[in-house]
Amino acid sequence: MPQIINNINTLKNNIMKKSVVLIAFTVMSAISVMAQTNTYFTRTGHVSFFSKMPIENIEAHNRQVSCMFDISTGEFAYKVLIKSFEFEKALMQEHFNENYLHSEKYPKAVFEGKVVNLKAVNFAKDGVYDVEVEGVMEIHGVKKSIKEKGKIEVKAGKITTKAVFFVALKDYNIKNDKLENIAENIQVTVDVVMEPYQR
Amino acid sequence: MTFNFKIVGSIGILFCLLLGSGSLRAQGLLDQLEEETKKDEPKREPVMATFKGTRLINGHSVEMPAKGELLFIISHRFGKLSSGLYELIGLDQATIRWGFEYSPTNWLNIGVGRSTYMKTYDGFIKAKVLKQSKGKKPIPLSMVLLAGASIHSLKWQDKSRENYFTSRMDYYFQIMMARKFTERFSLQIMPSMVHKNLVAKANESNDVFSLGIGGRYKVSNRIAIMAEYHWLVPGQRLPTVNGLQPRSPLAIGVDIETGGHVFQIQLTNAQAMFEKGYIAETTGNFFKGDIHLGFNITRTFSFRKFEPKKPKKIRG
Repeated sequence: MPQIINNINTLKNNIMKKSVVLIAFTVMSAISVMAQTNTYFTRTGHVSFFSKMPIENIEAHNRQVSCMFDISTGEFAYKVLIKSFEFEKALMQEHFNENYLHSEKYPKAVFEGKVVNLKAVNFAKDGVYDVEVEGVMEIHGVKKSIKEKGKIEVKAGKITTKAVFFVALKDYNIKNDKLENIAENIQVTVDVVMEPYQR
Repeated sequence: MTFNFKIVGSIGILFCLLLGSGSLRAQGLLDQLEEETKKDEPKREPVMATFKGTRLINGHSVEMPAKGELLFIISHRFGKLSSGLYELIGLDQATIRWGFEYSPTNWLNIGVGRSTYMKTYDGFIKAKVLKQSKGKKPIPLSMVLLAGASIHSLKWQDKSRENYFTSRMDYYFQIMMARKFTERFSLQIMPSMVHKNLVAKANESNDVFSLGIGGRYKVSNRIAIMAEYHWLVPGQRLPTVNGLQPRSPLAIGVDIETGGHVFQIQLTNAQAMFEKGYIAETTGNFFKGDIHLGFNITRTFSFRKFEPKKPKKIRG
């Protein structure tokens, strides 16, 4: 008889232990789910730029742009590795890295900021929303506060940020060479698709 | 009691987790992004542009056109400065070479050329064995192998004698090792062997061995100072050229780069612009004014289709 009671006690104890572990897990995963859904992330975003000149147009694409976006606060951060820009001609790419952006010294460009009118976006509903962002852009080692307009597209659980804006070379201390045909203002196109961030 | 202890422990762990995620929140989004993408950054990165052109001055550099790119090169050497006013210090005379270089892949380059010097056709293959890289697993230098042949097409001087086609041919082999030490300074070492099928006398060697060294120093983004020297290893029975003993070719020059062009202007005692010619048949004495003013101009044409890298599949 005492042995049976003892056995039952052990059983009880085991169930209790398991349920505690179970509860702990549920709470933990709930917390991590809550943390997850707020942040969106990608490492394969697309940023391109275009220099329009009468003699030669220059175009480059970077499909390895990483970005994090917190939809609860509207804060975001983009990171662009300069060397990952691909050009039509290998020489353009070499000159871009060596003579203009000095990518050995300044390997990346970053843009950190926030969406000003976050309330305009309903992340629970698919659609395209006009937004205004402001933040600090760092290119070629020069930081500059900027304010630009863009779009946020919510679709099937993914968030796409889109923007087209101009960057003036002189703002970032990038010396333009009169011998080459490069526009003073470069058109930059951002098209970054993000998915919920999973750690 | 154990039971209670477990609960306390669990709560403790939970608390720590909460705190942990709290501190994560306080961390900037950019830092978090850096943390997440740190492992994506390449472990090994090739070093770009050891030299501006595919030629140091007379000879090849470790640079090759990128995959799918065609390079047109035209080189020109005037006569000797020492030839006096009658020849307007050599400007009345000129020898040229023009040629094409094409890279079917990023590590292989083939080229052909034609020189006025002995009406010579030349062809070569360049293969990249090592590419100087930095990062976690660096490669300290670039290494490129060069093999080529040249065929002169002059009329035979003595038609009564039996002349073989192979007597028109010469071969050359070179190993180039280069390192970009700083943004401005690069150095290349290149031992070479030239084999001449036909030499003037029986006691002359058919093979010419040389040890070359060349370098560049960039003075600005677009301008670099160049030097190149091929030391003919002493003790060889060097094949004579029109009865003259060959000398080691020396060259100094300036590289100017604009867009798709590279201009090279140089002073050298060599007249020919292909390996057999400048390594084995330079007879001018640089220090006695047997200097040729010259230039190389290269223009790159791109034939590859512009296809930016397809997006990678997202991990996770």
